[in-house]
Amino acid sequence: MTATAMTTTAMNAAAALPLLQVDHLSMRFGGLVAVDDVSFTAMDRQITGIIGPNGAGKTTVFNCLTGFYKPTVGRLALSHSDGREFLLERMDGFRITQHAHVARTFQNIRLFPRMSVLENLIVAQHNKLMRASGYSVFGILGLGVYRRAEQAAVERARYWLGRVGLTDRANDEAGNLPYGAQRRLEIARAMCTEPVLLCLDEPAAGLNARESEELNELLKFIRDEHKIGVLLIEHDMSVVMRISDHIVVLDYGRKIADGNPEKIRNDPTVIRAYLGEEEDETLPPEVARDLGVRG
Amino acid sequence: MAEATVNTSAAPAAATGARAHEPSFVYLVKDALATGAIALALAFPLVGFRTVDRGSTTIIETRFGQMFLGVAVIALGRFAFSLIDAGYARAILAGSGVLSVAWLLLVAVDPGGAAIFPLGWMSWMLVVSVALRAAYVSWGDRSEARGDAVSPGDRVAATVQRLAVFFGPVLLLFAIAMPLLPMADQRWVDLGILVLTYVMLGWGLNVVVGLAGLLDLGYVAFYAVGAYSYAIIAKTFGLNFWEALPMAGGLAAMFGVLLGFPVLRLRGDYLAIVTLGFGEIVRVVLLNWNELSNGPKGIGEIPRPSFFGMPFTPAPPQGVTSFHQWFSAHLWEIGFSPIQRAVYLYYIILLLALLTNIFTLRIRKLPIGRAWEALREDEIACRALGINPTNTKLTAFAIGAMFGGFAGSFFATRQGFISPESFNFIESAIILAIVVLGGMGSQIGVVIASIVLIGGPEWFRDLESYRMLAFGGLMVLIMIWRPQGLLAFREPTILLKPKAGPP
Ligand SMILES: Nc1ncnc2c1ncn2[C@@H]1O[C@H](COP(=O)(O)OP(=O)(O)OP(=O)(O)O)[C@@H](O)[C@H]1O
Ligand SMILES: [Mg+2]
Repeated sequence: MTATAMTTTAMNAAAALPLLQVDHLSMRFGGLVAVDDVSFTAMDRQITGIIGPNGAGKTTVFNCLTGFYKPTVGRLALSHSDGREFLLERMDGFRITQHAHVARTFQNIRLFPRMSVLENLIVAQHNKLMRASGYSVFGILGLGVYRRAEQAAVERARYWLGRVGLTDRANDEAGNLPYGAQRRLEIARAMCTEPVLLCLDEPAAGLNARESEELNELLKFIRDEHKIGVLLIEHDMSVVMRISDHIVVLDYGRKIADGNPEKIRNDPTVIRAYLGEEEDETLPPEVARDLGVRG
Repeated sequence: MAEATVNTSAAPAAATGARAHEPSFVYLVKDALATGAIALALAFPLVGFRTVDRGSTTIIETRFGQMFLGVAVIALGRFAFSLIDAGYARAILAGSGVLSVAWLLLVAVDPGGAAIFPLGWMSWMLVVSVALRAAYVSWGDRSEARGDAVSPGDRVAATVQRLAVFFGPVLLLFAIAMPLLPMADQRWVDLGILVLTYVMLGWGLNVVVGLAGLLDLGYVAFYAVGAYSYAIIAKTFGLNFWEALPMAGGLAAMFGVLLGFPVLRLRGDYLAIVTLGFGEIVRVVLLNWNELSNGPKGIGEIPRPSFFGMPFTPAPPQGVTSFHQWFSAHLWEIGFSPIQRAVYLYYIILLLALLTNIFTLRIRKLPIGRAWEALREDEIACRALGINPTNTKLTAFAIGAMFGGFAGSFFATRQGFISPESFNFIESAIILAIVVLGGMGSQIGVVIASIVLIGGPEWFRDLESYRMLAFGGLMVLIMIWRPQGLLAFREPTILLKPKAGPP
């Protein structure tokens, strides 16, 4: 991977093709409307932030996108750069990753804790390896086809281990890693599925300032060097505001704002959503800092 | 079910299992008394009264003495457990340990001495369980304090696993040589066959339970399908053992897929209950479907295995050479002896078991094997990585069933007679116990557990009807202290080696 000469913004502007189109997405649980008629577009090679107070429906949007929930209403169209289009709301969960190449991480980390770090990354390349192992037949016989494919999988894993700084922990149990390392491993594992869209559910939760900074760099690297779209749910405003190209704000399941960070930062509806329905115009200092409001 | 688990809070669970609260003796005493009161309420009708037949009339006797003793024991036990949790584990451990050893010494000196303790063995068991709990708490706490340091159990398991590299081949050589040793009589060889059959069943079930983490309580169903398939195929089409074996295994695998398809959506306990039901259904069907299985009378005269077409019979029919005749003609003079067939059967099951083992060891390092383990660890994460959970589980089920079917075929040809009697739930329980006891996923653990549980019935025989009780008790203890199995130790299927070549 060589760095391109173009600046990030120039490249993003040049490559701003729609990757994911969410149309009128609604998700109801009995009487509760967790997501209510939300539409937005996520661009290829951009980071799209999804923010909103607790219970706003952010994770539910992800669960619809990745097939864990079947949306009550709505259309979720994913376009690959080769022109193929996938309607995610019609696909089974595992097929979305397998064919449409959407990968995700979880708000509460979901690694395979008793498997090694390397194994976590190899399992992520399951479908490719299954094919190479002739659905286990070549593998059992120990044919070279499979051994070469496994070697390639290890090399991919090695690359991502280097990226997230876990090379020297490759053979340790994933469950024994510190919290921040587990978060990074989960991102590396998602990247090993070779996604076109990476959905991250609060990846900075529980990280300290330095780790959070490293995460920013990693996400920018993924966007710029791997040229994929990233959907980012995040409570930590310092992360979202700084690295998102575009932000969608949800509140009580509804989309209340949509735009670039500058616009969101100054949007009165967003400020009010974070403040509650109070008429008070002055923000408490920590909210102001979170939102990055100046003055 | 899946949905509810996807979406849980990110907040790390706040200090679970904290025993931080100050122990208040008044509170603990009150708590113990309350427990005693509940026990009293239950014991009053259940223990307090007893109906006794006196000739023609039935009278009611009271047993308040025993009742109060029992209640006191429960309250005391509760108090001891609370003290352990309140941080007095060491003190309680010392006290109960001394008490239980003293008890044993007393009984050893004078067998009647136990009578001075109320409720006899019952109170001893209580003291011992208090001691075990105290030991667990004080050890458990220490290994927690050491951070991610390994617990003593893990260290033992790791050592055994490392020794298995040397120990395994020695065991294998012994298994190969055993029937040829001078001491090997019919009894030894038969016991060897029995142990190896369970080793094979254990290894087969280990794929399902140990690797894929699917708790299958009906494994005996596949054993039965294999046995009946073999019996029916061999008898109907006149095929020999080696021809009918793959078919029986294939049928069992198909059966595994058939059963697996509807039930594999269930998780954990639900899956266990449904597979238990399926195991029973198969047995009941075999019991009642007379046309196919000959019902409770079973199927007899199942073809016995022959050595490259040569039967093990004293006087073969015209034109057929029996094994001992061939052997005498080509190697050295032997007479007919039934042990020859037993030895041959022994080697068949040894071969089948080894095939199961090699297959399992290899498949564990393939994508499908890793996917099984990943599925055991976290099914939701697997789905998010594009792994098809249903197909993956089905292959585990089918492969486990296939090995069960092979073992069943072997059972049928060995016995020459099968009936539904042989495929009780208790068989499933024993096979599962072997896997769990040995350590889920541990191949050497299965061998050790089979030798102990099957080869050591002599050892348990003294306990007679208490055998099942001891068995159950052992399982409960293991589930409490080492739920992953005694020798569970997992080695990574692949290691990252430092990059070769110049930097
Ligand atoms: N499976 C479910 N069944 C019922 N209600 C659900 C389910 N999943 C989510 N909800 C509800 O939907 C609403 C939105 O939840 P969601 O998890 O999407 O919020 P969120 O924006 O991710 O919040 P947070 O910032 O706390 O993670 C909540 O009220 C939640 O209780
Ligand atoms: Mg959420």
